[in-house]
Amino acid sequence: MKALLTGLLEWTDARFPLTKMWNEHLAKYYAPKNFNFWYFFGSLAILALVMQILTGIWLAMHYKPSAEHAFASVEYIMREVPWGWTIRYMHSTGSSFFFVIVYLHMFRGLMYGSYKHPRELIWILGMMIFLALMAEAFFGYLLPWGQMSFWGAQVIVSLFGAVPWVGETLALWMRGDYVVSDATLNRFYSFHIVAVPLVLLGLVAAHIMALHEVGSNNPDGIEIKKNKNAEGVPQDGIPFHPYYTVKDIAGMMVFLFLFALVMFFAPDFFGWFLERANFTPADPLKTPEHIVPLWYFTPYYAILRAIPDKLTGVLAMGVAVLIFFFLPWLDRHPVKSIRYRSTLYRLALAVFAVGFVTLGYLGTQPPTPGMSELGLRLGELYFLWFLTLWVYSKDRSAKYYGRLVVVLLVLMLIGDWRRFDPSQGALMAVSALLPVGYFLVFYLLPVFRPGLNASKPVPERVT
Amino acid sequence: MLAALLATLPVVSMAVAELELLEAKPDLNDKASLQRGARLFVNFCVSCHSASYMRYNRIGRDLGLSDNHVRENLLFAGDKVVDKMDVAIPTGTANTWFGVPPPDLSVIARARGADWLYSYLVTFYKDDNPARPFGVNNVVFPEVAMPHVLWSQQGIPEYVTGDRPENVESDQLHALEASGEDILLHRHLVLSDGSAVEAIDRLKVVQAGIMEPGQFRKAVRDLVNFLVYLGEPAQLVRYKIGIWVLVFLAVLSVLSYSLYREYWKDVH
Repeated sequence: MKALLTGLLEWTDARFPLTKMWNEHLAKYYAPKNFNFWYFFGSLAILALVMQILTGIWLAMHYKPSAEHAFASVEYIMREVPWGWTIRYMHSTGSSFFFVIVYLHMFRGLMYGSYKHPRELIWILGMMIFLALMAEAFFGYLLPWGQMSFWGAQVIVSLFGAVPWVGETLALWMRGDYVVSDATLNRFYSFHIVAVPLVLLGLVAAHIMALHEVGSNNPDGIEIKKNKNAEGVPQDGIPFHPYYTVKDIAGMMVFLFLFALVMFFAPDFFGWFLERANFTPADPLKTPEHIVPLWYFTPYYAILRAIPDKLTGVLAMGVAVLIFFFLPWLDRHPVKSIRYRSTLYRLALAVFAVGFVTLGYLGTQPPTPGMSELGLRLGELYFLWFLTLWVYSKDRSAKYYGRLVVVLLVLMLIGDWRRFDPSQGALMAVSALLPVGYFLVFYLLPVFRPGLNASKPVPERVT
Repeated sequence: MLAALLATLPVVSMAVAELELLEAKPDLNDKASLQRGARLFVNFCVSCHSASYMRYNRIGRDLGLSDNHVRENLLFAGDKVVDKMDVAIPTGTANTWFGVPPPDLSVIARARGADWLYSYLVTFYKDDNPARPFGVNNVVFPEVAMPHVLWSQQGIPEYVTGDRPENVESDQLHALEASGEDILLHRHLVLSDGSAVEAIDRLKVVQAGIMEPGQFRKAVRDLVNFLVYLGEPAQLVRYKIGIWVLVFLAVLSVLSYSLYREYWKDVH
C-alpha cells in the first residue's frame, strides 16, 4: 500500500510540482515563531471565503434572481428547503464575520508595519481583495430584494451619478435601467456569483504567493531571514506545517464557536447583520425613512454624508478607501512594529482606530446636525492619520512642525468658512477642538517633548 | 478640551426619541399560545392578509396539530392542507376597500418587531373624524388604512385626553403602558416657559366586547406570538440545534488546543 502511494506521488511529482508546492507553502515555509493573536485572521479569512463560496453554491441552487421571485425565493429557502435556513444564515452571518476578520487583519498590518518594504505588493494585493470584497458585499446585498437592498443599491449607484459629465451615463450603465430593477438584479447576481468571486480567488492566490515569496512579518517587525543557520533556515522560523496548521486549526474552532453563537442565537444580530427593513419586499414607490448600509460600509458612509457637497463627499469617500493603497509610501519610518515606535505614534493609531469605529456608528444613525458635525470632524482626523504617518517618517525640526500647524489651521479655517452656517456656529466652534487638539498633541508636542516621539531600539532577534 | 468635547455630547445624543412600546414577550415554547394565535390569525387576518410563504400543514406539523385538525379548524372552504396561506379577497377588491393592498404577513414580525405588532393591535380607538373610513384610528400607526378587525373581541376603546396645563408648546407621545383595564399613553409636554411635564392620556373600552380588556391583551399576545413564529418557523429548532453545535465546537476547541500545545512543546 505504502509503496503504491509513494509510487503515485512520484508519478505525480514528475508531472506536477505537488511535493514542491507542499514544501514551499507549508512544510518548508518558515514562519516566525512569535506570531500572536492578531495572526489568526489571515487563515480565518480563508476559512470565511471558503464558507461563503460553499454556502453560496447551495443558495444559488434555490435562489431566483428576478424582481418578481427573489424575495419569495429567499423565504422559500428559509422555510421549505431542508436546512435552507442554516445555509442562508451561514452566508448572511458569514459576510459580516468576513468583514470583521478582514478589518482586524488590516489593523494587524497597521500595527506591525506589514505593508512596509519588502511587503508593499502583498499590501496592495490585499487592498485589491478588500475592494473586491466590498463590491462582492454590495452586489450580494441587493439579492434578497428587500427595501434596504433596493434603496441601498439605488443610493450607492446614484453616487456614481455625481461624477462630472459621465456620471449619469455611468449610473445608467451600471443599473441597466433608469432605476434599480429586474435588469439590475440579474447583473448584480452575475457579478456576485461569477465575476467578483473569480477575481477574489485570483487575488487571494496572488496575495499568498507574494507573502510566501518574501516571508511573513511578525509582531516585532524583524526580518527573520537576516538570521539563518548553517542550512539556510531562519533561526527564528518554524515550519508552517505542522506548527501553524495546528495553531490555526485551534483558532478556527474558537472562531467557529463564536460564529455559531451568532448564527444560531442572533442571526440578525439586533439589526446589525440583517436589517429589519429588509424584511419588507422592495418597493420602488416607497422610500424608507433611513437608508442605512450594513455596518461594514458605515465608516465610509459617515464620511460621505458629513460633507454637504455631494461630489466632494463622494470623492472624500473614495479617497478614504483608496488612500490605503499608498500606505507603504506614506509611512517610510524604518521601524515596523508598534512595539518599538514612539508613544505618540501609538496614540495616533489608537485615535485612528477609535475614530474609525465611531464613524461606523455615526453612519448608522440619522444625520442630525450634531451627528453630521462629529462625522465631519472624525473624517478630518481619519485623513490626518495618513498625514501623521508621513510626518512621523523622519525626525522633523521645530520649524517644520510650526509651519505644518499653521498650514493646517489655515486649511481648516478655509474649509469651515466655506461651509459656515450661522445657526451651527457654536457647534462648529466646539467641534473644531477635535482637529485643533489633534494638531496640538501630534504636531506640537513632539517639539516640546521629543522623548514622546522617539522610537525604541529594535532587538536583533524576535522576542 | 475634554470638557468641550463633553459639551457636544448632548447635541449628539439628541437623536429622535423612540416610542417606548408595550412588551409582547413572545414565547415560542408555549405551544398552546401558538395554537390559539393560529386560530385568531386564520379567523381575523387571513381574510384580507396573505401569508403566502407559509403552508397550512407546516403550521400543523410545527404546532403539533394533525392534518385533520388543521382541515377542520384552520382551513377556508376549498383550501387544501398543503396550500399556502393565500388571501381570500382579490387584490383589486382590497384596493377599493382599503386604498392599499393589505401587506403579506409572513415576515411582518421580522419587519416590525413583536412589541410594535402587539402595541399596534391593542391601540385602536374610536375616531369620528369623517376622513377616517372605518371610524377608528391607531396610536402607534396613525391614519392606518386597516379597520379595527378585533373590535368584536375587544369592544370599542375611546381616546380619553388627560389633564394638561394651558401653555403647551409641544406634545409628544413617548411611552405606552398597560394598566388595569386601560392603555396609558405617556405624553411628553414642553411648556412655553421651557419646562417639561408629563401628561397621561388613556384608551378606555366604552362599549364592551366578548373579552375583558386583560383577556383581550392576552389573546393579542397569542396572536403576536404566532406571528413571531410565522416570521421564522426555523426558530423552533434553531436554538435547540445551536446548543449541540456549540457543545460540539467547544469539545473540538479543547481537543485542537491540546493538539496545539503538544506540537508546540518543542518550540522555544
